[in-house]
Amino acid sequence: MGATSGGVTVLIPTLLRPLIGDRSSVPVAVESPVPLAQLLDTLHEGYPVFARRIRDETGALRRYVNVYVDGEDVRRLAGLSTPVPPGAEVMIIQSVAGG
Amino acid sequence: MTTTLLAIGTKKGLWLATSTDRLTWTLSDPHFLMQEVASVGIDTREGRTRVMAGVLSYHWGPTVVYSDDLGATWSEPEHGAIKFAADDDAAVERIWQLHPDSADRPGVVWAGCQPISVWKSTDYGEHFELNRGLWDHPHRPEWGAGFGGAAAHSVAPSPVDDTVHVAMSTGGVYRSDDGGTSWTPRNKGISAYFMPDPNPEFGQCVHKIARDAVEPTRLYAQNHHGVYRSDDSAETWESIAEGLPADFGFVMLAHPHRAGTAWVIPLKADGERIPPAARLAVHRTDDAGSSWTRLDQGLPEKEYNAVLRDAAGVDTLDPVGVYFGTRGGTVYASADEGATFTEVVSHLPDVLCVRASAVVGS
Repeated sequence: MGATSGGVTVLIPTLLRPLIGDRSSVPVAVESPVPLAQLLDTLHEGYPVFARRIRDETGALRRYVNVYVDGEDVRRLAGLSTPVPPGAEVMIIQSVAGG
Repeated sequence: MTTTLLAIGTKKGLWLATSTDRLTWTLSDPHFLMQEVASVGIDTREGRTRVMAGVLSYHWGPTVVYSDDLGATWSEPEHGAIKFAADDDAAVERIWQLHPDSADRPGVVWAGCQPISVWKSTDYGEHFELNRGLWDHPHRPEWGAGFGGAAAHSVAPSPVDDTVHVAMSTGGVYRSDDGGTSWTPRNKGISAYFMPDPNPEFGQCVHKIARDAVEPTRLYAQNHHGVYRSDDSAETWESIAEGLPADFGFVMLAHPHRAGTAWVIPLKADGERIPPAARLAVHRTDDAGSSWTRLDQGLPEKEYNAVLRDAAGVDTLDPVGVYFGTRGGTVYASADEGATFTEVVSHLPDVLCVRASAVVGS
């Protein structure tokens, strides 16, 4: 899935790239499966504005933010508890919403 | 030469207009395009003009930003200006109000938010603290949501003492006499016709309140049907709707300098949210609601869009400028207290918030 060996690759939506060092993907070191919430905690370190775009103060994913782990919508899996194994690809994407 | 800044928050961005005569305006490109701007505060205390905006991305959530150079650049506090603590088990959904306090309280800015909550900043809007007195109020589980969401939409600190009035939809008016430590509902006389008991202690759907410029214990309220005045700091309210074409609407503006002067923009009814007979007009009282003058010079013959609660504002010049925008995206300005209006811009997205001020310091 294009992940770095032993780590997770997180794909960043275009609109949020300026908030995380202008990167389109961010590698996160993971040695064993971790819950998605923990992965996001690591991803967000040093990027508080980016973090607030993804999750609200309660820690919940914002309603119109979708996260896919290896192509599966985490809302159809275990949400923020979804295990993310080494080698996985995590995609953050805004859902179709608005008008 | 005085430059006036007119901030127009819409459902899809913020526009800033400037004028030296309040008749012709130079409009900016949109700021925060595709993000909702439901609240703007213009702070001209201490010799500079700070524009604060409550911005909401439907994807990425709400935040407060500010600009000290009329929108050339914007700053966003890294950790968020308004946010609940982890153990509050709540998240800010929308920032409805950003209200700089009076000049002798430098740095103090109040915010009203959804869910129903009031916040106070002492550093010019860069960080806010949750008002615990209201958040922990025993009535909070019983407060409801209007169509736009459950929010504290009006925060009105008295300039002369520690009195603060808050209005929420739905919940009504609450008053604190101790700077926000404790709060008591103050709705006596305001009807809640949509409830089983039409005269409850709280639960009213007050759409907007405004404080009289000269008499700090006098307030005006535009209710969900009903226009009221209180002369005793909201202990009791009496109707001042007589003389208006309808008692429904969202806007309530008080004159910044002169006693007894206020403006409303009536809509026909709860079930017909357009100007009465589709004839858009502002109504002004100069005698605290005893009588009203219809003001429609310069306004269109037919208008089917509503004017929302914060989509209207006044500046502090003499004569006072009156500004409002419609859900159809047209903004009007009056440089003569409402006697005549000119169109500033049309075809914007739904106008949610309008604020104006003479520019200071730049």
